Amino acid sequence: MAGIDLAYLVSTLPLLWEGMQVTLLLTVFGVVGGIALGTVLAVLRLSRTKPLALAAGAYVNFFRSLPLLLLVFWFYFLIPLWLGRPVGGYYSALISFILFEAAYFCEIIRSGIQSVRHGQIFAGLATGLTYRQTMRSIVLPQALRNMVPVLLTQGVNLFKSTSLVYVVGVRDFLTAADVIGTRDNHIIEMYCFAAVVYFVLCLAASISVNRLQRRYAL
Amino acid sequence: MRYNWNWAILVTEPYVYWILSGVLWTILVSIAGWILAFSLGSLVGIARTLRQPVVRAVAGAYVEVFRNVPLLVQIFLWYFVLPEILPPRAGTWLKRDLPHAEYWTAVVSLGTYTACRVAEQVRAGIQAIGRGQTYAGLATGLTSFQVYRHILLPVGYRIIVPALTSEFLNIFKNSSLALTIGVLELTSRTRQISEYTYQPIELFTAATVVYGLMTMAVMLAMRVVEARTRIPGMISVEAK
Repeated sequence: MAGIDLAYLVSTLPLLWEGMQVTLLLTVFGVVGGIALGTVLAVLRLSRTKPLALAAGAYVNFFRSLPLLLLVFWFYFLIPLWLGRPVGGYYSALISFILFEAAYFCEIIRSGIQSVRHGQIFAGLATGLTYRQTMRSIVLPQALRNMVPVLLTQGVNLFKSTSLVYVVGVRDFLTAADVIGTRDNHIIEMYCFAAVVYFVLCLAASISVNRLQRRYAL
Repeated sequence: MRYNWNWAILVTEPYVYWILSGVLWTILVSIAGWILAFSLGSLVGIARTLRQPVVRAVAGAYVEVFRNVPLLVQIFLWYFVLPEILPPRAGTWLKRDLPHAEYWTAVVSLGTYTACRVAEQVRAGIQAIGRGQTYAGLATGLTSFQVYRHILLPVGYRIIVPALTSEFLNIFKNSSLALTIGVLELTSRTRQISEYTYQPIELFTAATVVYGLMTMAVMLAMRVVEARTRIPGMISVEAK
C-alpha cells in the first residue's frame, strides 16, 4: 500500500456522499419510526390491562432475541411474496430497522417513565393538579431528561447498524465505499476511509450526548 | 399471497445437515469470540481503572475505537485490509495458508469488538465498589495486585453478571454478520437454502426459533451462574 492518494479520495466524495445520505435517511426514519412504535409499546407494557402488557412484553423479548441481519432477510424475502412484486432492499431494511429498534426504544422509554418515583405523582395529585397536568408538568419532564441521552445513544447505534443493508445491496455509505473500491481497485483505501468517517461521526455524536447528559442531568 | 408451504423441507436431506452445521458454526464462532472478548475485555477494563495515566489512556482509546466503528466495517478491515498492510509473508499466510481463515477472522473481529463492551462493564463493576474497600485492602498491607485479585475482581464480576449476560447474547446475534465473509453459519445457511428451494418462510422461521432457543439457553445458563455467585444482600448494577 503506497501512501494514500488524496486526489483519488476527493474524486470519490460525491458518490460517497450519496451513500451517506441513504445512511442518514435510514437512521432518521428508523429512529423516528422506532420511537413512535416504541412509545406505543411502552405505554402498552405499562398498562394495567394484563393481556396488552403481556403482548407488548412478548414483542420486545421476541425481537431482542433475533439478529437484526436475520430480520432484514425475513423482510427482504417476505415482502415480495406478500405484495407479489419486489420492493428492493431499502424498504425491507427500513421496516426491519423500525420493528427491531422499537423493541429497544420501548425498553428505554419504559425505564424512563418508571424512573420517576410514584411519590411524585401522588404529590402532584395532592396539590390539586389533574392527572394530565401531573403527567405533563411533573412526570414527563423528568422522564424525558432521563431517557433522551439513552435514546440518542441508541440512535447512534442504529446509525452504525444501518451498514447491514450491505447484505441486501442498498447503496448506503459502506456499500458505496465497497462498490467504488472494487471498481477502482482501491478497496483498502475505501474501507479505511469508511472506518475513519464512521469513527469520527460516532465519536463526535457520543461526546455531544455525554455533554448533553451532564448539562441536563437531574 | 400464493405460497406453496412445505415444512418438510426442514428435514429433507441435505438441507437438514446444512442447517445443523450452520447452528454448529454459529455456536463455535460465538463461544470462541466470547472467550476472546471476555479475556481481552477484562484486561482492558481493569487497565481503565489503574492509576498509570498512559495505561488508562491506551485502554480508553481501545474502547473508543472499537465502539465507534460499525462491526461490519471492522470485519471487512480484519478480512480484506489486514492481510494487505501486513508484511508480505504474514499477509500471504493469512490469505492462503491459514485454515478456515474466515472463521478465525470472524472470531477475532467479534471478540475484539465485544471486548470493548465487556471492558466498559468490567470497569463499571470495579468502580461500583466503594473506594473504601481499596483503601482498607491497601491499609492491611495487601499489594495493588492482591487488592484486585482478592477484593475488586471477585466482587466486581459478580456485580456485572447480568450485563455480561446481555453481551454474551449480543455475540450470538452479531455472529450472523460473519456471513459477509463467507462463514456458513445459521443465517447464511438459511438464506442459501431459501434461495435454492424458494421456501424462505419455513427456513427463516426455523432460524428464528433456533436463535430464540439459543437465547433461552444462554439466559438459563447465566441465571445459574448468577445464582451461584450471588453475594447476599447486594443488588446488581449495569454500566451506563
